[in-house]
Amino acid sequence: MSRMAATRDGYGQALLDLAANEKVVVLEADLGKSTKSLHFRKEYPHRTVSCGIGEQNMLLTAAGLAASGYVPFASTFAIFTERAFEQMRNGVARPNLAVHLCGSHGGTHTGTDGSSAQSIEDLAIFRTLPNVIVLHPCDDVSTRLLTNQLADINQPSYTRTARNKTPVLYDGREDEIEIGKGVVLQNGDDVAIIACGVMVSEALKAAEQLADQGISATVVDMHTIKPLDEDLIGRLAEKCGAIVTAEDHSIIGGLGSAVAEYLSSNLPKPLERVGVKDRFGESGQADEMLELMEISSPFIAEAAIRAINRK
Amino acid sequence: MSKSISELEELARKCRVEIVKMVHRAQAGHPGGSLSEIDLLSALYANYLRAKPDDPNWDDRDRFILSKGHASPGMYAILAEMGFISKNDLESYRVLGGVCQGHVDMKWCPGVDFSAGSLGMGLSFGMGCAVAGKLANSKRNIFVMLGDGEIQEGSIWEAAMAAKHHELGNLKVILDRNRIQNDDFCEAQMRMFDIPAKWQSFGWNVMEIDGHDMNEVIKGLDFLIDNKDNPAILVAHTIKGKGVSYMEDNPSFHGAAPNDEQFKQAMEELGEVVA
Repeated sequence: MSRMAATRDGYGQALLDLAANEKVVVLEADLGKSTKSLHFRKEYPHRTVSCGIGEQNMLLTAAGLAASGYVPFASTFAIFTERAFEQMRNGVARPNLAVHLCGSHGGTHTGTDGSSAQSIEDLAIFRTLPNVIVLHPCDDVSTRLLTNQLADINQPSYTRTARNKTPVLYDGREDEIEIGKGVVLQNGDDVAIIACGVMVSEALKAAEQLADQGISATVVDMHTIKPLDEDLIGRLAEKCGAIVTAEDHSIIGGLGSAVAEYLSSNLPKPLERVGVKDRFGESGQADEMLELMEISSPFIAEAAIRAINRK
Repeated sequence: MSKSISELEELARKCRVEIVKMVHRAQAGHPGGSLSEIDLLSALYANYLRAKPDDPNWDDRDRFILSKGHASPGMYAILAEMGFISKNDLESYRVLGGVCQGHVDMKWCPGVDFSAGSLGMGLSFGMGCAVAGKLANSKRNIFVMLGDGEIQEGSIWEAAMAAKHHELGNLKVILDRNRIQNDDFCEAQMRMFDIPAKWQSFGWNVMEIDGHDMNEVIKGLDFLIDNKDNPAILVAHTIKGKGVSYMEDNPSFHGAAPNDEQFKQAMEELGEVVA
């Protein structure tokens, strides 16, 4: 049984790692206990800026800090980052200020809080902004490593983390994590499943189900949505000839769309996109939500067979 | 090296000429709010702002954030007078590839500390600069100019509350109270009632002045500088379009350019001989 953890814990740990850099500052909008920036706040209160329940102000306060030579990490729930989208667009992305925004509690996996808290469009909207790196890691280890790497990159970013625990995949595999590089977790020849976030472990389960039917699948953790690892997608399309994407996010605009954009322009191959089908969620347990949204492992396996049949 | 009252008045007059020239040349832009702010900007840049035209990115400079970024001709005019950009650069206003973008932009123009355009953003950005100044133990001041219509944006009040919470005594706001916004008079669009009382209730120190009386402008800027322990705001009562008779107090010239005949009249009223 593998270790279980939530990606948001990796974010909190990374902030502590980064504290040695005195230019690192943390901004909160009354959700530090949830996003896990609270650990930094407790240790380094003078470098933590409480913005109250005011996300718009938080984003631009971070921009002012970045323009003054600091390295700001700001977090709130994924859904509330969307309230500050124009601040992110005009005040952060446009002047290319290295503000690092983390939205926790992303996706329907967030669970019983219900549809208001289940951001299913954050990856899509931030992906449209020039200069902005978009990350959605699958476990605490990779979240910690990717967040640490962000501090050395002089451009803004959005990272989605999740509330609930999922299997940890990278204990002992820390060397494989690099911004912009998808990770091949399992090799197979018949189909490639490209997943992000909480769907990576579902994709691995789907690969097992496919193996039972004699189908061998490659599984990729595409933790970086932008810039997309196009080289890897191209190689997988050539090798497997069929692709499935899997994300706890709207079918419109996220990882599936990014992969479709690349394939349709460069290497048309059958693609099936598993994601939230243009609808809102509701209250339910995390695993119940993945089933209700038809994105849990059996749905990924079905999509893989559909993609293979279209070859 | 401070400029005298009469020297500041002459500086502002020259800037007014350039503002009208820029907007006329581009046949687009925002003359009204540029003319209302320019006495304040002239005094601020000439006598107060610690900045180096030959080293515009000097770490420890005072910051000036034009949150009402559409009033860019006013800022470009004073930046040219102070030597951050050249007089020739003013001809690039709204021209492809020009340093003088439609709204002031830190990536394009030396001396610009904030990429503006969307209202309600500059005060929050200034707050970040002010927090950074405190973290760095710097004495630098952060000046933010807001429009009056702009404070209808809710995010302004997020920032106003947060600046006091963090006791940002290095944050100094100038409010250009010209009473006109894009579509009409503020009074018609969204009444704001007692603006000084609103800021006082958020914990800010407030002073009101006539933003076109250079003696009062100096007193007001002294008030901002002398406030070191509390965020402070100078509510400057101004006239939109000040200095050009047909633009004064006229909502039509919030964002419209003068035609050739109007341009000639403006130059005459501003004491400029047109060749």
